[in-house]
Amino acid sequence: MTEGTGTGSADVTRAEYCVIACAEAWRDDGEVLASPMGLIPAIGARLARRAFAPDLLLTDGEALLVAPDGTVEGWLPYRQHLALVTGGRRHVMMGASQIDRYGNQNISCIGDWERPKRQLLGVRGAPVNTLNNPTSYWVPRHSRRVFVEKVDMVCGVGYDRVGDAARYHRIPRVVSDLGVFDFDTPDHSMRPVSLHPGVTPEQVREATAFELTVPDDVPHTRAPTAEELRLIREVLDPENTRAREVGV
Amino acid sequence: MSDKTTTADEVVSRLRDGMTLGIGGWGSRRKPMALVRALLRSEVTDLTIVSYGGPDVGMLAAAGRIRKLVTPFVTLDSIPLEPHYRAARERGAFELMEIDEAMFMWGLHAAANRLPFLPVRAGIGSDVMRVNPGLRTVTSPYDDGETFVAMPALRLDAALVHVGRADRRGNGRYLGPDPYFDDLFCEAAETAYVSCERIVDTAELTKEAPPQSLLIKRHTVTGVVEAPNGAHFTSCAPDYGRDEAFQKTYATTPWPEFAARFLGGDEQAYQSAVGEGSWRS
Repeated sequence: MTEGTGTGSADVTRAEYCVIACAEAWRDDGEVLASPMGLIPAIGARLARRAFAPDLLLTDGEALLVAPDGTVEGWLPYRQHLALVTGGRRHVMMGASQIDRYGNQNISCIGDWERPKRQLLGVRGAPVNTLNNPTSYWVPRHSRRVFVEKVDMVCGVGYDRVGDAARYHRIPRVVSDLGVFDFDTPDHSMRPVSLHPGVTPEQVREATAFELTVPDDVPHTRAPTAEELRLIREVLDPENTRAREVGV
Repeated sequence: MSDKTTTADEVVSRLRDGMTLGIGGWGSRRKPMALVRALLRSEVTDLTIVSYGGPDVGMLAAAGRIRKLVTPFVTLDSIPLEPHYRAARERGAFELMEIDEAMFMWGLHAAANRLPFLPVRAGIGSDVMRVNPGLRTVTSPYDDGETFVAMPALRLDAALVHVGRADRRGNGRYLGPDPYFDDLFCEAAETAYVSCERIVDTAELTKEAPPQSLLIKRHTVTGVVEAPNGAHFTSCAPDYGRDEAFQKTYATTPWPEFAARFLGGDEQAYQSAVGEGSWRS
């Protein structure tokens, strides 16, 4: 176990481990836009900016760039946002209705695209994101329905399909309610980096439809420091909305 | 000096079956809903709709007016999945050209620049290429030799957009934080119709705001419609936010019932029904 230091981690909730795991995605990114999608990534991005990545840019969720105290420091309407994506100075954490072992992601539809069983959002910006700026993913419920052998519609491009377009392609990590995963294997297939405390390797294997090799010595996700925990609980999410996205 | 003021019904009377219509706004934000409602009152059908989709798409899909849709997404924002669009897709109601947000933007840019296509680093490797077999790629003629999608121009027969203020000649000002792509829709279109919260004198447009907020230029505009609350129930910041309660009613009421209750009469009847609030049960 490689738990964080400085806090008694016994009462840290799963949602709070997820916040830390998301925040860590933006560590060392430098002066780039953190684009979180979903509640826990949003808390994570703001935590990262306050705790250890002070140069990150954050938006108000609309067209303004804002400092942690709400001070407006820039204007970023959709059109400029799309240019920023292409310029690469951004790290987005998207959702995934389905994701496979090589990081192909789907948010468009379930079933046959011609006549879907369930229509979802659409490809959105996943194709442009994945070819131009680092794209991580957040999955609040790790299950075989999400971690699938093959996604029904490739929106975000995975390592096995990017081919010659790999110039700026990178999927730094996938965070789920069970653990943190990356693609730093010889064939760029998904591998666990850490499991949240209380999660067993067996549990992760069962909740994943593709073959996932979980080493016995995979570490635990680090706990928040006392200061990070204070920021999460008192400053960033005093209403505890995080518990609605991830229980336990 | 040409006065381009007109009414929503007159605008729709100039639209024809089979046209390609671009609709401005984004998701459930600053959609030209008064113009969409007028379209729903008409018989115009068999449309190709080009939109960063919200309830404009949901309503036209539910009413069976769409032959083909060009979009990267359809959402109500606070309600992530548009239920009427979703139902229409699941019954295979129309043809779909599903493309990435940036591809969509470059398609409009190509049309505005009278180019057949523009190269974009998006789509390669994704199933956007599989579901749009007509998309072609282009190789950089320079040393890098990179392959791009050659995004075809999204030429529009007509564009419909909604802004905060406009003058009678078609100069339009947006007041919210994001212009979205409304000026680009107008530039990509043969004809463009701008609805606005209020028509004001030209001098009034820049009295309390910088000229940078003048989004729409009159040479790209065919007609101007004064439509107060015309984006309802989508947002039109800062004049009003999204009417979340009404949007929920829209999303949870079966389409025939919603259409009968709110779209049976003219725009004034709609606004009265909305203002009256009897739907807030």
